Amino acid sequence: MVDLTIDGRKVQVPEHTTILDAARTVGIAIPTLCYLAGINDIGACRVCVVEVEGVDQLVASCNNEVASGMAVLTNSPKVRSARRTNVELLLSQHDVECTTCVRSGNCSLQTVSNDLGLTKVPYRKDLVTASWNEDFPLVRDANKCIKCLRCIQVCEKVQATGVWDITNRASRANVGVVGGIPIEQSDCALCGQCITHCPVGALTERDDTDRAFEALADPDRICVVQIAPAVRAAWGESLGLSREQATAKRLVSALRRMGFDYIFDTTFSADLTIMEEGSEFVERLGHRDTETFPMFTSCCPGWVRFAKAHYPDMVDQLSTAKSPQQMFGAIAKSYYAELIGVDPHRIFSISIMPCVAKKHECALENMDDAGGGQDVDLSLTTREVDRMIRAEHIDPALLEEEEFDAPLGTGTGAAVIFGATGGVMEAALRSAYFLVTGTNPSPDAFEEVRGPRGWKEITFHLGETPLRVAVASGLGNAKHLMDALASGEVTYDFVEIMACPGGCSGGGGQPILDGSELAGERGRVLYGLDEADVLRFSHENPSVIACYENYLGAPLSEKAHHLLHSDHHAWSMPHA
Amino acid sequence: MTPTPDMTKILVCCGTGCIANGSLKVARAIRDEIVAQGVAATLDLLVEETGCSGMCEGGPIVRILPADIMYYKVRERGAKDIVASLGGDPLKRLLFKDARGERVTAQSENPFYAAQVKIALRNVGLIDPLSIDEYVARGGYEGLKRALAMTPDEIITEVERSGVRGKGGAGFPTGRKWRTAAGYDNYPKYIVCNGDEGDPGAFMDGSTLEGDPHGVIEGMVIGALAIQAEEGVFYIRDEYALARDHVQRAIEAAERAGILGDDILGSGKRMKLSIVRGGGAFVCGESTALMASIEGRVGEPRAKYIRSAERGLFNQPTVLNNVETLATIPYILKEGADAFASVGTETSKGTKVFAMVGKVKHTGLVEVPMGTTLRTLIYDIGGGIIDDRPFKAVQTGGPSGGCIPDSLLDLPVDFDTLKKYGAMMGSGGMIVMDDYNCMVEVARYYVNFLCEESCGKCTPCREGLRQMHAILTDICEGRGEQGDVELLERIGATMQDASLCALGKSAANPVLSTIKYFRNEYEAHIDERRCPAGVCVKLTEFTIDPEACTGCGACLRACPTEAISGAVKETHVIDSEKCIVCGSCREVCRFNAVVTEGRRA
Repeated sequence: MVDLTIDGRKVQVPEHTTILDAARTVGIAIPTLCYLAGINDIGACRVCVVEVEGVDQLVASCNNEVASGMAVLTNSPKVRSARRTNVELLLSQHDVECTTCVRSGNCSLQTVSNDLGLTKVPYRKDLVTASWNEDFPLVRDANKCIKCLRCIQVCEKVQATGVWDITNRASRANVGVVGGIPIEQSDCALCGQCITHCPVGALTERDDTDRAFEALADPDRICVVQIAPAVRAAWGESLGLSREQATAKRLVSALRRMGFDYIFDTTFSADLTIMEEGSEFVERLGHRDTETFPMFTSCCPGWVRFAKAHYPDMVDQLSTAKSPQQMFGAIAKSYYAELIGVDPHRIFSISIMPCVAKKHECALENMDDAGGGQDVDLSLTTREVDRMIRAEHIDPALLEEEEFDAPLGTGTGAAVIFGATGGVMEAALRSAYFLVTGTNPSPDAFEEVRGPRGWKEITFHLGETPLRVAVASGLGNAKHLMDALASGEVTYDFVEIMACPGGCSGGGGQPILDGSELAGERGRVLYGLDEADVLRFSHENPSVIACYENYLGAPLSEKAHHLLHSDHHAWSMPHA
Repeated sequence: MTPTPDMTKILVCCGTGCIANGSLKVARAIRDEIVAQGVAATLDLLVEETGCSGMCEGGPIVRILPADIMYYKVRERGAKDIVASLGGDPLKRLLFKDARGERVTAQSENPFYAAQVKIALRNVGLIDPLSIDEYVARGGYEGLKRALAMTPDEIITEVERSGVRGKGGAGFPTGRKWRTAAGYDNYPKYIVCNGDEGDPGAFMDGSTLEGDPHGVIEGMVIGALAIQAEEGVFYIRDEYALARDHVQRAIEAAERAGILGDDILGSGKRMKLSIVRGGGAFVCGESTALMASIEGRVGEPRAKYIRSAERGLFNQPTVLNNVETLATIPYILKEGADAFASVGTETSKGTKVFAMVGKVKHTGLVEVPMGTTLRTLIYDIGGGIIDDRPFKAVQTGGPSGGCIPDSLLDLPVDFDTLKKYGAMMGSGGMIVMDDYNCMVEVARYYVNFLCEESCGKCTPCREGLRQMHAILTDICEGRGEQGDVELLERIGATMQDASLCALGKSAANPVLSTIKYFRNEYEAHIDERRCPAGVCVKLTEFTIDPEACTGCGACLRACPTEAISGAVKETHVIDSEKCIVCGSCREVCRFNAVVTEGRRA
């Protein structure tokens, strides 16, 4: 242990603790901007500087460790002055258009500058002109960037993608797409982790809320909305709701106030995905001699983009089953349109996803199998829906819970856990076990695939058949897994990959709480919902059963193939 | 050919400056003349291309030993007479003319050299840098032999006792640095020579590497023995092709001589040296950025909470020393710590090499004892200001150094004194300025340079320099506002206090020191919209003083825009509409008749 004083208070912390963390143990909050624990501790912004007795210059508290007898001042006049000037200098290159910024109220720069009491910026405004393809789902505003380099580090270190790089040099150093190419020509997986790790509003998703409002206002449109599993675990965070308040049913209620005609649940189509993908896997298992293993899940569009960009020769190993979002869209504009007797073109299909890549996926040219235009017309992130709720002046805390609409509003616990890493695998195994053995396993028989580890591997037995499965989340972990597969270091039968660390609950479209990684906490909410559910097997979803009986026939039927599967060779990366 | 004591040596300075002035052709012409005149039959002769002999302003320089005749500004056509005069009276017209107009023959009679004490430069300009034999003949590798007979601890103790401090600018005690690295039991260890000299106007390290590569190699080997490293890297600035070539060939010669390799002079000790070309960025001279660059990464500084002595190059214990420091080490080992410590001041021992340039009469490479005053450097060695104009300031320490005014000319130059006055000794760049230098523009020039050379990582340096540049540009172009000087001071203070690396911490010095000592010039620009020095185009209007003008017509001929009119022997007039404020008229006027009162109409 090390003894020191911080602002005159005695502090005792373990060796190698940073000054920043040591201060936090006694409730002294030192502001930071570029710091991202374990990912970006380069001490570049100099906002976290503190004065250490006996040291002339101020030191960064985020990457300097405590020493015995150290006397630290976190708020001396010298510190305050330097911190203030640093923030003012950052603001000189920032457009400071807070009123029209999606991060207003949730921006670290705004917080720090408000906390410091800045009322004006005395420096010359120095903004840049940079062009950006505003149609791309990921948008960068160069005049909000504070060059903290977090995006570069997250993309490189966590996501193994390296889309961002420092462009230009010296005092004109900036951030841009590596090689200076347009973003749509890059290998960007659209995971959105750079957005959720940006301390300011420099990186955002393309805002599609206007298009959603437009559709809602159109009396000829039938607005159908689906809510992804992981959304229910996070949507209330930025609206000030507790986890208990922020239920899926309360979100249903809010969406109904907003004017959506039919409010459905992506868990329905997640169960459908399990039926198709599980059947596909069992069928592939039957042809072990001709099929190449492992089979990879394909429900994560970030992963699909990554796989196509980096492992194009493995594309045939991706399950052909569409993602739950796209299955839902295809069913909504076919089966459901028939059920309610409308022309599918009149249906405007919106999805609420924890994801940025879903915006790309729903716009793919070949995602129009139902014959009513794009199967999903618009994909909104959790953040966008939260903004829409605010825009409608709805206070969700005052709303009663309401039920999803039938029949596409019914899902099982197995589908709810799609939102956490390992969930798809677990749901698939529950049903695959049934498909192979004819009996249900215990719903928790495969709980070993749960948990936050980035790369998990387990062997199960489906009856007599041993099955080696692996689960990875975060593209850096995915890369390690893929490289190990390629080198023959490991062999698997079935692999689930989610682009975002922790799976969709940590998705790039989820609410942002700077400095916090909430995937684990949200995941636990989903597992709690699964545990409490009476339906925990996808093959037992009554709406899914009805859909097969009344419309699709059986899993992998011709109709199912047409609507629920896709050809991965229809497009390749890079793809805008 | 191995030189013998009584042979006549003709040393032709082939430092980069003299080469640019044609010294290689001079050397060839002298050799040709020796053959043509057949003097080799009667004289034991050796012509050698040496490193920088110092007085660059007088180059190309040819020195004849042992007669000690020094010729200046020698052209090819002078070769014939030089060779013809060998053994006889020196050629008067090529000798140096001192302040009284007397021609002087010996190097020591030239005041430029008289006050100098050469330790780091002890061989530079005196030997063929590529000849290991000549180096050895002048006592080279004696220090290494002594070090080989000592324990690492004894070597470090000797260096500590000498009091030598790092000459790259920071002045950290070299012995202490070595002792720290020696204390880690983690192998391999590395010794790195910082030859990434990037200050504008500085050429100390380049000249040393070019002129005496073995001196630096010997310092590297001794340092390696002290910290128990077996590998060393020269990091040499990309632009220094000649230095790299000389060091490379010297390394090869030292390997052949058994000084480098698997068995240093039969001691069983090992040492391998290699060269890495600099990354071409000023910031690569910063220790952590330099090591990143050697490792093949972007040359960006990192926080120094882990010292390089513990984890430096490739994460191993590393000592990084500057060229001049390393060149000094063999002297300390050979002559002893006491001999070295007898030179200099209480806290700054030994000597310091400076590259003196700017408005001083005799520019060049000089080495003086620590504690020598700026006045001695500029007026005795440098011969004063060109055209005897008033001295205004001397900028020391490179782009992030400070500007020192007339009132402080009697300051002794050492590590600690200059720092007290807002400047720094730095690595030894020294730029002399006269009353025709605008100090605001000088500050702007350096800030512009630093804007280009900041690594762009930390806020105060990246954004602070940008803002400073914008504010200074506004001031120079007549858009300065009340409060701008205070704003500059505020940014400067934050840069000093809160930047990540030493470059950022010192980058405000040119601004802060010019504000400190020349605040009136800033105020003239802002309050009165005039540039007192007549440099800032938008704040200058030249006129011709009718009292002083003799109507000689020199300005009229010099004007590139035909803005000056006037008949011979009548007062000339400048048409301010046509004038572009280039200052050519003022440069050529011998009567100080071209004056500036301030703002352009």
